[in-house]
Amino acid sequence: MSSFLTNSLKLLSGAIVAVALVTSAPALAAGGHGRKPVDPGFSFEGPFGTFDQGALQRGYKVYREVCSACHSMKLVSFRNLGQKGGPFYDPKYKNPNDNPVVKQIASEFETAEIDPDSGDEVMRKSTPSDRFPSPFKNDEAAKASNGGAIPPDLSVINKARNGHAPYIYSILIGYEPKPVGLEIPDTQHYNAYVAGSLATQWKGDPHHVPAGGVLAMPPPLTDGRVTFDDGTPSTLKQQAKDVTTFLEWAGDPHMVARKQTGFAVILFLILLGGVVYLAYRQTWKGHH
Amino acid sequence: MSDHQSTYQPKTGIEKWLDSRLPIVRLAYDSFIDYPTPKNLNYWWTFGAILSLCLGIQIITGVVLAMHYIASTDHAFNSIERIMRDVNHGWLIRYIHSNGASMFFFAVYIHMFRGLYYGSYKAPREVLWLLGCVIYFLMIATAFMGYVLPWGQMSYYGAVVITNLIGAIPVVGPSILIWLQGGFSVDQPTLNRFFSLHYLLPFVIAGVTVLHIWALHVTGQNNPTGVEIKSKEDTVPFTPFATIKDAMGIILFLIMFAVFVFFAPEVLGHADNYVPANPLQTPAHIVPEWYMLPFYAILRAIPDKLLGVIAMFAAIAVIFALPWLDTSKVRSMRYRPVMRWFYVLFAITCVALGWCGGQLPTDLVISFGADKAGTPIGLTVTTLSQFLTAYYFAFFLIIMPWIGLKEEPLPLPASISEAVLAAHSKKKG
Repeated sequence: MSSFLTNSLKLLSGAIVAVALVTSAPALAAGGHGRKPVDPGFSFEGPFGTFDQGALQRGYKVYREVCSACHSMKLVSFRNLGQKGGPFYDPKYKNPNDNPVVKQIASEFETAEIDPDSGDEVMRKSTPSDRFPSPFKNDEAAKASNGGAIPPDLSVINKARNGHAPYIYSILIGYEPKPVGLEIPDTQHYNAYVAGSLATQWKGDPHHVPAGGVLAMPPPLTDGRVTFDDGTPSTLKQQAKDVTTFLEWAGDPHMVARKQTGFAVILFLILLGGVVYLAYRQTWKGHH
Repeated sequence: MSDHQSTYQPKTGIEKWLDSRLPIVRLAYDSFIDYPTPKNLNYWWTFGAILSLCLGIQIITGVVLAMHYIASTDHAFNSIERIMRDVNHGWLIRYIHSNGASMFFFAVYIHMFRGLYYGSYKAPREVLWLLGCVIYFLMIATAFMGYVLPWGQMSYYGAVVITNLIGAIPVVGPSILIWLQGGFSVDQPTLNRFFSLHYLLPFVIAGVTVLHIWALHVTGQNNPTGVEIKSKEDTVPFTPFATIKDAMGIILFLIMFAVFVFFAPEVLGHADNYVPANPLQTPAHIVPEWYMLPFYAILRAIPDKLLGVIAMFAAIAVIFALPWLDTSKVRSMRYRPVMRWFYVLFAITCVALGWCGGQLPTDLVISFGADKAGTPIGLTVTTLSQFLTAYYFAFFLIIMPWIGLKEEPLPLPASISEAVLAAHSKKKG
């Protein structure tokens, strides 16, 4: 039985691998229902990517003037803005709490604290060690002001969405007039990149449901919405790219240190590997 | 080897003094220095050392993480973020730990498939194999509970799905479920006990690992020919020969590990787990980590919940029974021309099951067009999973016993050294 069975099994294994390779690509592509996210080419991509400080500063301005009206960023403190790799890092101030830009920004906000004499809640100027204040007092208030949907916290938003930074960028630039045949209430907004399904709201040809989904968030960015201090033209795409860079930094502030450490570690391992390989050859010489 | 006599000679006064009271140096010497190792071990054998390293890395990084982690439904998510942001090198420790789990499973799967290919489970190594299976089972439990600790969406719903499997057991299931969760749903008591057990089980794994190595040293290592050691000619001392080879394997493994930790620390995770757990909002697609996807596919392949749970646990249980399912007299599949190909199919099946586990059950693998109503028809992930599950069990329960009796093995070398010499002359032509 051996040779016949062996040959057929060989053929079968080969055929399975071939079929898997051919069919896996379309099956994987069928997973998402939004349009494929656009990648504008971020400074932080790839093993050598770092954060462009100009983009971080512009992105912070977009976040502060637009996003922070509705979205919290509870995990980030003002001092983070001045730490190594941050938007306002200045090598003169190793301790970001001393950074005058950071101090200035913090002082433009207020933080609630309990007055020790009366026990009442009072507002005081923020300091670099304070967290970014949230736009709403609690989730219920956020819900009440936003038609029942809580605007998600933005601290780790790029990590928290499939598609990561390109997905966030694409959402920001992806608002389009809703296709004819899509029945959605005025409080919802069509976006071609949203990972969702419009099958139930679609009244047109059931075989051609448009890509994308709906968001409660109206289009947040428009050309000229923010004035950039460095003179960069404030187009929708520029704002979207910069704020996405800022959000990437907010979610992964140690990225640059991580990659730098990685190069050192891998270089060390390769050198050590070379020495160990020579020792290995020497040891096993004549013993094979 | 059981008949291996200790050659340790205490030299200094203190060594002699200690050796007559607690011969621990002798034990280490006999186990890791003078231990006779088959001279033909290939790089697949370095994964034993790699796994010990993985366990060590997980325990050390885990102990440090536990110093900063807060096992509370209100604080767990934020305490992990604090580790990532504010603890010195916290991001490094946490990424090593979270990617380390994947590396650990990657290594253990290679180790298991190596044992399967070379017949390392066959007599007299059944207990060695069983202890390995116990370690693997404990690893699954530990990894599952560890994944719950960040208390993200996937943590929470993973815990909900897996604990609720127990609820499928007739009569006593619901009561056990409440006992297991510590309440009527996954909540603070569940998180607390998972943290406690996640801290405990690695030390149990370490204990069983000691037994695993002990059993290994009683029977001696298997080797690629599957032929037992016949003479001193067949072996080399563990140090320096195996140690330097293990070191080489470890360094190559660490380079791969480092690429993940430093350049792609999130690719093996799920985006949903960066959304804090919300019991009121179920994620669209609940999937376990990659290393459990094959079992998840088996669970979902069976339409009945209870039978699915039984199949999933049976898929692990059958690995324990392997030594008694294989009827072949030959260990290594090098000399088993038919079984070798069933083994290749089995490996493909496991990878394919893993792929199925990550897809939506109703997705089409191959589309045959559409029916009259316009709904696409074709081979669904569920149907494919059912075929693969059938082969998974058939491999152990039918093919293993049957082929072992029918197959004509190739001629075995008389000894390890003969095989090594034959390979040499072949290479030189």
